[in-house]
Amino acid sequence: MRHIISLLLENEAGALSRVSGLFSARGYNIESLTVAPTEDPTLSRMTIVTSGSDDVIEQITKQLNKLVDVVKVVDLSDGEHIEREMMLVKVRAAGKDREEMKRMTEIFRGRVIDVTDKSYTIELTGTGTKLDAFLNAIERGAILETVRTGASGIGRGDRVLKI
Amino acid sequence: MEMTTPGIAPQGAASHTEPAPHTESPHTEPPHTELSGAEITVRCLQEEGVPFVFGYPGGAILPIYDEMFKQDKVKHVLVRHEQAAVHGAEGYARVTGKVGVVMVTSGPGLTNAVTGIATAYMDSIPQVIISGQVPTHAIGQDAFQEVDTVGVTRPCVKHNFLVKDVRELAMTIKKAFYIAATGRPGPVLVDIPKDVQLSRTTFHYPASMSLRSYNPVVKGHAGQIKKAIQLLLQAKRPMFYTGGGVVLADASKELVELVRALGYPCTNTLMGLGAYPASDRQFVGMLGMHGTYEANMAMQHCDVLLAVGARFDDRVIGNPRHFDQEQRQIIHVDIDPSSISKRVKVDVPIVGDVREVLQEMIRHLGTLKERPDAAALKQWWAQIDQWKQRDCLRYDRGASIIKPQFVVEKLYEVTRGELILTSDVGQHQMWAAQFYKFEKPRRWLNSGGLGTMGVGLPYAIGAKLAMPEAQVACITGEASIQMNIQELSTAKQYRLPIKIVNLNNRYMGMVRQWQEFFHGNRYSESYMDALPDFVKLAESYGHVGMRIEKPADVEPALREAFERTNDLVFLDFITDQTENVFPMVPGGKGLSEMILV
Repeated sequence: MRHIISLLLENEAGALSRVSGLFSARGYNIESLTVAPTEDPTLSRMTIVTSGSDDVIEQITKQLNKLVDVVKVVDLSDGEHIEREMMLVKVRAAGKDREEMKRMTEIFRGRVIDVTDKSYTIELTGTGTKLDAFLNAIERGAILETVRTGASGIGRGDRVLKI
Repeated sequence: MEMTTPGIAPQGAASHTEPAPHTESPHTEPPHTELSGAEITVRCLQEEGVPFVFGYPGGAILPIYDEMFKQDKVKHVLVRHEQAAVHGAEGYARVTGKVGVVMVTSGPGLTNAVTGIATAYMDSIPQVIISGQVPTHAIGQDAFQEVDTVGVTRPCVKHNFLVKDVRELAMTIKKAFYIAATGRPGPVLVDIPKDVQLSRTTFHYPASMSLRSYNPVVKGHAGQIKKAIQLLLQAKRPMFYTGGGVVLADASKELVELVRALGYPCTNTLMGLGAYPASDRQFVGMLGMHGTYEANMAMQHCDVLLAVGARFDDRVIGNPRHFDQEQRQIIHVDIDPSSISKRVKVDVPIVGDVREVLQEMIRHLGTLKERPDAAALKQWWAQIDQWKQRDCLRYDRGASIIKPQFVVEKLYEVTRGELILTSDVGQHQMWAAQFYKFEKPRRWLNSGGLGTMGVGLPYAIGAKLAMPEAQVACITGEASIQMNIQELSTAKQYRLPIKIVNLNNRYMGMVRQWQEFFHGNRYSESYMDALPDFVKLAESYGHVGMRIEKPADVEPALREAFERTNDLVFLDFITDQTENVFPMVPGGKGLSEMILV
């Protein structure tokens, strides 16, 4: 089953490699991993999307907690949560396709953030499945380049991950 | 470059006593005196009361060695290979329970140490490794003797640090000692670039510290402890399964008290031997791949299992699916939550310091009127006694060729079971575990997790330095001993009268055994050809060598060796080439699927 795990870790050199090294050393899956400093510059917040049986997920959270640099671990999938991913996609947009591409972007509530006479660069935010849906909705051959951030997650309501 | 350590020119073992308790305040300098990073490093080791550092100098750590030269509180033990430095520090830590300290240079110094660090990590041995590093401005430039030390060691340390600013050095070393010794212990590495060793700052060794991201749980959950005692009291076929965690937590006394109070059978893992006295009526022997028939059968068929400081690893329970075939309730006490429900599903997990939890269990049991079901227990013991009658450790005692088991039995008799016994890895290790009866913890030193050949001699060196009054012997084989044979020189320099019991069967015995059982008798590369004459080899290092070829000579030779209290004696026993270790649970099989003699 797919799980989205959030962690707070010391914003120190090597902390990221301890986490990614743990996943490769123990053979756990990583679907995506995102990390950036928080409003407290001594802390980084990481979101890992992984999958595995309940036993495996339990081990993943225990092993993450065991890392000395990791301050807190929460499996967001245990409760209501919000998940977002951002994608930049450069598409061919010339001639009659140009208007069609603009309309699709609007339908998916994306934005065109860069324009040339032959292409658009589109910014799109949402769940991973929404981003997939956009890519499936436009013509395959029109896609020149995509870049995705991987998912970030946060608990719904008053649930807060803080130290 | 030839380096000497006049600070501890060989003075005989008797001088290697515990250092006086450190009473000096950290503020002996005027407040504005600045010390170099190298001085700070050595001062930190003094503040920690470190009696021995095991190491080997080199370019990137010379400033620290220069400071070591100027003092004599922290003694340096010069090994002949960095791997042995780590094992030496492990040996010290395994017998004392204190943090062992290692000092190596950058690049090859560090990579040579990695096998030792991984060994310490697998067995949860507290250790601090100080490594020199190329100067910060040279890091990433592929400098001479540069290696990404924190990267290379990351998967086999509890934690590691690269110190880039001398102002953080003292605090980092403080953290390293704290992390190494607390929670589930382990090796912690501090990598110090040469320019940081030479930069200066004021020195203040912090008296205490806390880490927001590191707070090991010590006290067990009271409700879970009550539940565990309830389960234990209701058991019809109870079993104690205890491991190295009991030794690490110094919880042997509590374990014995609880086991005796309940009257239940107890088994130890390879790492736990000595935590429960081997001669005790309730001890059923070691369990696992080469455990006793009775221990493995009791483990498989119990209805309530109390696992303490053990981790259900593959060499202990074999195939977890086979283990799961029998219904039983499992209580698991461990300081490391990730050890619980990792290989088997646990019914009552208790995270905490093993000693604290056992104390709580004893206390709670004392408040209850309920006692174990005597009738059921009697029946269970009758069953165990029946299993015992298989006499699973029997061997041919009348053989005309020396049987390795016979040597271990005689070693036990001659030393009255009082040895600190170190071991290498292989058949001799298993025979020692089966036939040498350990009555106390911290007397059996071996590499259980990583299974590192070559640990025996450096473990013995570390143990003898730590406990100069104790008799220390290393049981080994002709293959293992050659992996760190150069340490005979270290043992000479520090005059350590260790006894080496070499069970020489001219084969990598355990490899040969597996090839016989599972690879159609094809002894691929397991024959040890072109062996040295170990007697002459020992003599060339300035020690005493003896070769023993007849069973009748075994005991007299051992007696003579142990009477030579000032000599390292290398006993080369020429043993039966075809002897195998029984019982054996083949890899991937279940505990009740043993091959018996």
